[in-house]
Amino acid sequence: MSKVTTTETSPQTEIVQRGSFALTVRRLRRDTASMAALCVIFAVIVLAIAAPWGAAMTGHSPIEQFRETGLSPAGIPVGPGAEFWFGTDQLGRDVLVRLAYGARVSLLVGVFASMLASLIAVIVGTTAGYFGGTVDLVLSRLTDLVMSVPFLLCALALVSAFGPSLQLSVAVIVFFSWAPMARVIRGQVISLRRQDFVLASRSLGAGPFSIMVVDILPNLAVPIIVYTTMQIPNSIVFEATLSFLGMGIVPPTPSWGGMLADASSNSLYLVAWWLIFVPGTALLMTTLAFNILGDGLRDALDPKSARTARRLKRQPKAGGKS
Amino acid sequence: MAILEAKGLTVDIPTEDGTVHAVRNVSFSIKPGSLFGIAGESGSGKSVLTQAVMGLLPNADIGGEVWFEGRNLIGLPQEEMRRLRGGRIGMIFQDPLSSLHPFYTIGAQIAEVLHAHEKISPAEARARVVDMLGKVGIPSPAERFDDYPHQFSGGMRQRVMIAMALILKPALVIADEPTTALDVTVQAQIVALLDTMRREFGTTVILITHDLGLLSSVADDVMVMYAGNRLEYGGAADVFRAPAHPYTAGLLRSTPANYRPGTELAPIGGRPPSLLATPAGCVFAPRCAEALPRCSSEPPPLRRYSDGVEALCWLEEGASMVRPVAPAAVAATKSAAPEPVAEVEDVRLTYQVGSFFGPKRSLDVLKGIDLTVGRGETVGLVGESGCGKSTLARIVAGLVPATSGRVRVLGRDMGTLDARQWREMRQQVQLVFQDPFGSLNPRRRVGAIIGDPFRLHGIASGEERRQKVRHLMELVGLNPEHYNRFPAEFSGGQRQRIGIARALALNPALIICDEPVSALDVSIQAQVLNLLRELQRDLGLTYLFISHDLSVVRHVCDRIAVMQDGRIVEMEATERLFSDPQHDYTRTLLSASKTLPAFAERERRSLVETRVAS
Repeated sequence: MSKVTTTETSPQTEIVQRGSFALTVRRLRRDTASMAALCVIFAVIVLAIAAPWGAAMTGHSPIEQFRETGLSPAGIPVGPGAEFWFGTDQLGRDVLVRLAYGARVSLLVGVFASMLASLIAVIVGTTAGYFGGTVDLVLSRLTDLVMSVPFLLCALALVSAFGPSLQLSVAVIVFFSWAPMARVIRGQVISLRRQDFVLASRSLGAGPFSIMVVDILPNLAVPIIVYTTMQIPNSIVFEATLSFLGMGIVPPTPSWGGMLADASSNSLYLVAWWLIFVPGTALLMTTLAFNILGDGLRDALDPKSARTARRLKRQPKAGGKS
Repeated sequence: MAILEAKGLTVDIPTEDGTVHAVRNVSFSIKPGSLFGIAGESGSGKSVLTQAVMGLLPNADIGGEVWFEGRNLIGLPQEEMRRLRGGRIGMIFQDPLSSLHPFYTIGAQIAEVLHAHEKISPAEARARVVDMLGKVGIPSPAERFDDYPHQFSGGMRQRVMIAMALILKPALVIADEPTTALDVTVQAQIVALLDTMRREFGTTVILITHDLGLLSSVADDVMVMYAGNRLEYGGAADVFRAPAHPYTAGLLRSTPANYRPGTELAPIGGRPPSLLATPAGCVFAPRCAEALPRCSSEPPPLRRYSDGVEALCWLEEGASMVRPVAPAAVAATKSAAPEPVAEVEDVRLTYQVGSFFGPKRSLDVLKGIDLTVGRGETVGLVGESGCGKSTLARIVAGLVPATSGRVRVLGRDMGTLDARQWREMRQQVQLVFQDPFGSLNPRRRVGAIIGDPFRLHGIASGEERRQKVRHLMELVGLNPEHYNRFPAEFSGGQRQRIGIARALALNPALIICDEPVSALDVSIQAQVLNLLRELQRDLGLTYLFISHDLSVVRHVCDRIAVMQDGRIVEMEATERLFSDPQHDYTRTLLSASKTLPAFAERERRSLVETRVAS
C-alpha cells in the first residue's frame, strides 16, 4: 500500500494562512464604527459591573432617598453637580447609581433573553428546515402565528394575570422575539440541506440529529452570531418598554425604562431635563452600539460583502499617492 | 499588422491576503481574422487577462499596453471603453443561462444591443436579429424571436449568445470558455459554428479554454498560460505537434484524450503555485520533470525557435518528447464472471410533476435499467446531462428509492431494508462526489471529515480513530500532518482525495464515483484517476464510475454502459466499445470527443534567439 506515491508537494513559498477567526478580527478592527460600538458596549458593561463600587464610593444606595441633599426645599430634584453627578430624581435618589444598576438589568435581560430566543429559533428553524413537509408546515405556521400576535396587548394581559416580575418580562421578550430569526435559520437550513456534504453524511449512515448538529449547525454560526447581536438591543428596548408601562421590573429596583417612566409620569422632565436625558441617552447609545456591532460583524464574517471589497480597493490607491 | 497587440501586460489584484499577481508581463499579437487560443488551467490568469483588456476590472492595477485599432485600451476613459465593448469587441461567456436575462425575449435582448449602439427602427432591428439568428443556426428564427431563454436548450442558448456578440459585426470576439457548460456533442457544434462565423464575417476570435483538444482542432495561434505567465506561444500546429515548454508537453500527456490502452496517464505532479508570491526562478520549476538546478533560482529566458514558437524556459532544445516511463498497468486477471456486488433489475423512476392547478404529468427519469457490477471491476456509466446517470447512482446507493424494479447489493434488496439494516448497508456502499467544494463541510476539519464514518458507525474513537485517519490520508497521498486543516485550505485535487479517503474508510464493497474528476484541471485529473486505479489494484475495490467524458471512462473502466434518455443503449467491454461501437448514439459520442494529434518526431527546429529576462 505504500506504493501509492505522494504527488502533492507543499508550495515552495509559505503564504500566511490566516484562520477565519483572525481574519474576522482583522476586518472588524479596520471598521472604525464597529470599534467605537465595541467601546460603548464595553463602557456599559464596566458601568454595570462597577455599580456596587459606585454606590459605595458615592455612599448612595440606588434606592435610598436623600430628601435633605437631593431635593430642593420645594421638592424639586437637584441637577448634576459635585455630589450627584447626574442629578437626582423626584424622590432624591442618585441618577448615576440608579443608571449603573439599571444597566445590570438591561444587559442581563438583553443578553439572556436574546440567547434564549436564539436557542429556540435555532431549534425550531433547523427542525423545520431540515425535515420539511408537515413538520415544516406546522412549525412555520406557528412562527407566523407568534409574529401576528400583538405584542403589547398580550404583554399587558399576561402581566395583569400574573403580576409584574423579571422572569415574566424575560419570558414575554423571548416569546415575541424568536420568530423572525427562526425564519432566517429555516431558510438557511433549506439551502444547506441540499448541499452535497449533507448527502455525503447521509450516505455514510448519519441520522437526522447527527446531520443537524454536526454538519449543519457549524455552518449557521454566522447568522446566529449576527442575529443574536442584533437581537440584544431589541430585547433591551422591549424590557425598557415593559418597565416604562410599569409591567417589567418592580420598583424600587432601578431600570432604564422605569427611570424614563418616572420622569414622564409627573411632567418633572420639564424642570429636570437630566431625568430624561441620562437614561434616554444610555438606552440609545447601547442599542445603537449593539446594532452597529451586529452590522459590522456581518460584514466581517462575510468576506464577500461589498464593504470589505471597497475598503480593500481604496487602500492601495491612497498608499500610492502619498 | 495585428488587430490586437499586448505589450508587457501585467495585472495585479489587491486582496486581503496580499496582492495577487494574476497576469505577469504577457505580450502577444493577434492577426486579423485568425482564431487565437489562450489555454491554461484554472487560476492561470487567462480570464483575468481578457477582462483587463475589456476594462472590466475596476479594482485591479493594470500595467503595460494593449493596442486595438490604433488605441491603447489600458487607461482609456470608461465612456469610450463602453462604446468599444459590444460595438467593436464582442464577448461570449461560459454560462449561457446566467448571461441571458430570463425576463426578456431573446429577440428583445439582441435588439437591445443594436439600439444601444445604432439609431435603428424596431422593424429594421427585428429583421437584422432574425437574419442573424438564422445564420447561427436557430431553426425558424422569425418565430423564435419572441421566445424566452428558458425555452431554449443549452446549446441553442449559446448560439443566441454568439448571435448577440456578432450582431454588430465586431472586429474581435472574445469567447471565454464558451463550451465548458455544454454536453460533448453540443460542444463540437458550437466550436464549428464559431469557426464558420469568423470565416464568414472576417471576425477575429479569442478562444479561452482549458481544453487543449478543442484548441488543437480550430486555433491558428495559441498561448499557453500558467500562474499568470505566458509559458509558450506560437502557431497551434507547431505547438501541439512538438511543444517547446515542458508544461505544454505535460498537459498534453496528462489529457485522458491522449490515452492509449494499457498505459498509465502521466500527470504533472504537485499543484499550481500561489499567485501571491513571486518566485525567484521559473514558476513551473517545482512541478517540472525536466527542471535544471538553475530553474528555481533564475528567471527563465525567452527562447524563440525557427518556426516562430516562443517559450519561457531554460531548456535550449525545448521539452523532451519522451513519455516518462509509466509503469505498465498490470492487466489484472479478472475472472470471466465475478461474483456480483450490485445487481440492478428493471429499475424505473417516475416523478409526478405538474402545478397545483394544472394537470399532473409523470416524468420518466429511468426507463428500465439492468446492470450488474461484479467484484473487483469498474463499470462506467456514460451519458450527457439529464440522461439519468446520477439518479441511477443515488438509487444504487440507496439514497433515493426506485419507483419499481429491484436493486440488490451483496444479495440484499435495497427496497426491503429496515432502518437498522439500511445503516449497516451504508458501510458497504460509498459515494465520491463530483464537486470537491460542496461535498466537504466547509466548517469542519479534515480529520473530522475523514473520521466521520468511524464516528457514525461507532467503530473507532480517540487515538485509534486518529491513527486510522492518518493512515487513510497517507493512502490517498495527503500529508497526515494536515489533519487539523479546513477543506478551504486544500486545492481541488486534494479535496477530491479527502473525499476518496472518506469513502475508503469503512472498506466498502462498492464505491460509486459520480463524476469525480470533471471539476478538476487536466493535470490534476490524471493524478486522481491514477490514484483510483492504484487503490483498486492494491485494495481490490469495485467501482461504479459515472462520467460524461468517454476518454476519462476509457482510462479506468473495464466495461462501459452508455446511457441515453433513461435507458442503457449499449453495454460493452471498454476497448470493444471504442473499436466497434454498435449504437448510433455511442458513435455520436465517440466522434464528438476530441483526440489530440500525436507528438511528431522533432522536426528541424532550431533556436533562433534568446532574450534574457531583465
